[in-house]
Amino acid sequence: MGISFSAKPVMEKETPVTTVTVAPKETAASSSSRMSVKDLNFYYGKIQSLFHVSVEIATNKVTALIGPSGCGKSTLLRTLNRMHETISHTRLNGKILLDGNDILTQDVTRLRRRVGMVFQRPNPFPKSIFDNVAYGLRVNGHAGSLKEHVERSLHRAALWEEVKDRLHKSAYSLSGGQQQRLCIARALAVDPEVILLDEPCSALDPVSTAKIEELLFQLKENCTIVIVTHNMQQAARVSDSTAFMLLGELIEFKPTPQLFTTPGDPRTEAYITGRFG
Amino acid sequence: MTLRTVWRKSLNLVMLSLTGVCALITVSALVVILGYLAKNGATALHWTFFTNLPAPVGETGGGIANAIAGSAKLLLLAALVGVPIGLLGAIYVAEYASPVPAFVVRYATDLLNGVPSIVMGIFAWTVVVVPMHSFSAYAGGFALGVMMIPIILRSSEEFLRTVPRSLREGAMALGTSKWRTIATVVVPAAASGIVTAILLSLSRVAGETAPLLFTAFGNRFWSHGWNEPVASLPVVIYTYAVSPYDDWHRQAWAAGLVLLGLVLVTNLVCRALLARRATQRR
Repeated sequence: MGISFSAKPVMEKETPVTTVTVAPKETAASSSSRMSVKDLNFYYGKIQSLFHVSVEIATNKVTALIGPSGCGKSTLLRTLNRMHETISHTRLNGKILLDGNDILTQDVTRLRRRVGMVFQRPNPFPKSIFDNVAYGLRVNGHAGSLKEHVERSLHRAALWEEVKDRLHKSAYSLSGGQQQRLCIARALAVDPEVILLDEPCSALDPVSTAKIEELLFQLKENCTIVIVTHNMQQAARVSDSTAFMLLGELIEFKPTPQLFTTPGDPRTEAYITGRFG
Repeated sequence: MTLRTVWRKSLNLVMLSLTGVCALITVSALVVILGYLAKNGATALHWTFFTNLPAPVGETGGGIANAIAGSAKLLLLAALVGVPIGLLGAIYVAEYASPVPAFVVRYATDLLNGVPSIVMGIFAWTVVVVPMHSFSAYAGGFALGVMMIPIILRSSEEFLRTVPRSLREGAMALGTSKWRTIATVVVPAAASGIVTAILLSLSRVAGETAPLLFTAFGNRFWSHGWNEPVASLPVVIYTYAVSPYDDWHRQAWAAGLVLLGLVLVTNLVCRALLARRATQRR
């Protein structure tokens, strides 16, 4: 119990480091991580579901969280913009930093504006396509042209071409994959620095999945992305680093190619080779 | 066939007929009521019935225009009392309350729903008529409004609960406060259900007589303003039905037909709304 792995030691081991560059690398590493989770314990009522988890989320990279059902990956994701607070009887201890500031003491509304979230199942509001994307802008008191901003967000979510002629139709008229990209556009509209995706493709067909994966590559130019996925191939395809979790513990956190080719822990190896999970 | 099979088959047949007969009785009750109303009231139904005031006692003819207008007035006041309280109460129970207060409110609401309507009339008489020294539309509207609260509260609560949690999460993940999420996402998503609940509660109280007897009281003329006795369809039906005049009996049947017609129209509107909601979701 209580073993914690963070990206840094592993990376140091894997990267050939000369003594001269050690110090600058250290600072570079810490300044290039947008969010860091430090020794996080999480409880649903009396049941502890995360144990001493520490993770560094690198800026403008895709970080994947994988692991079998119930391993705590979604819980970890939800703590990153404090969505766990919408569920009663939850509590946590430890530190979660966004750009070096503790998110737990910040205004939750501002935090969620900076750290957006896309859910497992597409959850568009029962409003028009336009109003869905404009929702966050209106709520947060957007100054400037709503129309332009909505269009830009739909472009970023690679949905504009498919919906430009029917912006005022109900969002429910879209297919599941389109709805999910609409939800991504809605999250992007408020210009978040971090986007959390909770198994965003699990309810989608392969073509829609491919579109969303493609989208992630474009998004990471400006955004930091954390994605929870059930699908190891997906983690391998889209992420820069991957964290493997098991029973509420972070077992291993490495650059993705290394985690999948040379896992350091026998449990990781067992999972990625399909022996359980 | 073995004895056991015969027994099973006949039992099945008996139960089928029993349930079928009961279903038939339910439907025929409505058909019989409608038929009676139409047969006995149709002769009094004339366009002047909708436009004229009641004729002086002893003369035949005359209409119930003041009662139709009076019922509309009373229902408007009732809605002003019942809708905001019922809806906001439903939001409290469905969205904010922790289990214990939610249980208490729900239980109290169900009890309120069970209060006999005549008692509701006495209550409104005590708190409105007595201090204001007058029977009035206010008093009648208040009595009906209080009766609407539990109906609106409980059914709106159910509709609010059917709004998926994922919609609330979607809004909150964009940095929306809880109240704003409820006002801009949850309530609009449940809107057609809530409208249906309001219409159903209105059509329910539209036929209430007892709470109006000593609050709105009744009036054979137009009532001017809100602070004087006012006529209403159910009270007209009651008064005419217990009178000794054949013409009034006919008019009571006709007024019943009008009231039932209005309720049926409201019901059809509800169905249309629900159907539209269903197609929107598709």
